Amino acid sequence: MAIHWTKYSAPSAFYPMAGRSLPWLAAGTLLLTAVGVYMGLFSAPTDYKQGEAYRIMFIHVPAAWMSMWLYIVMAAYAGLGLVYNTRMAHMLAAATAPTGAIFAFLALWTGAFWGRPMWGAWWVWDARLTSELILFFLYLGVMALRAAIDDRQRADRASALLALVGVVNVPIIYFSVKWWNTLHQGATIDFSGSKMDRSMLWPMLILTVAFWLYSFVTIFLRARCEILERERHAEWVGELLDNRG
Amino acid sequence: MAEFFHMGGYGLYVWGSYGVVAVFLALELIFLARRKQALLERLTALREMEEDKS
Repeated sequence: MAIHWTKYSAPSAFYPMAGRSLPWLAAGTLLLTAVGVYMGLFSAPTDYKQGEAYRIMFIHVPAAWMSMWLYIVMAAYAGLGLVYNTRMAHMLAAATAPTGAIFAFLALWTGAFWGRPMWGAWWVWDARLTSELILFFLYLGVMALRAAIDDRQRADRASALLALVGVVNVPIIYFSVKWWNTLHQGATIDFSGSKMDRSMLWPMLILTVAFWLYSFVTIFLRARCEILERERHAEWVGELLDNRG
Repeated sequence: MAEFFHMGGYGLYVWGSYGVVAVFLALELIFLARRKQALLERLTALREMEEDKS
């Protein structure tokens, strides 16, 4: 299937495309979340070492992955926006940040709720945890910087620059468990494969796809709001508002 | 059923994780739906004002 990416760099083309995709994305999110949660809480067996507490991993790992992935997506749009000066790229960068921040927060939160029974501590200043906390603050910084500047173009550029500088933190998070002696365990799943049993691997992978689809839903919804706000003087937005009745 | 919610003694931690994730993701969607609704109403009102002027 040929997708004409440049076509959707026009807000007038992106808006209806996102609108048409949303019901499918939402349906996929609901379905996969239901299947993933069912498998994670019911069908996956109890861990011989961690008991039932390891079930937190089925949402902790996908949330952490998404927090890193969405940062890369946000930085990529920020970079595109800076280089090609396209409005849509900046709007998508702005739309990605809040969802990324939520997943970073949820990764930290679920990590604390797993760490308390397993390590005996809600929090430790371990390289993995600290770099993930910095990721959360970077998201907040990018959002706050954008909100603090009234001029849209300047806000776009300033926050894009911060997003790009901050991307250095993503490989630090990823490799932190190799580079330093961390309390946080090393990767169970990496590009060479998985050390997990399939009954435990599947719910984690399914929930990762569910969170990924969920991100599409929220980012598309938010991008559509951004488009309406910024393009409200465009003719097609006027027609859209008139047709609302 | 009670055994399921007990989660082998880890109920607080398991439900504290799944619950907060569910609440945050649901709230994000609710806020987005509200933002869209408020935005459409405001833009429609603005447009009517501008049309009245011209």
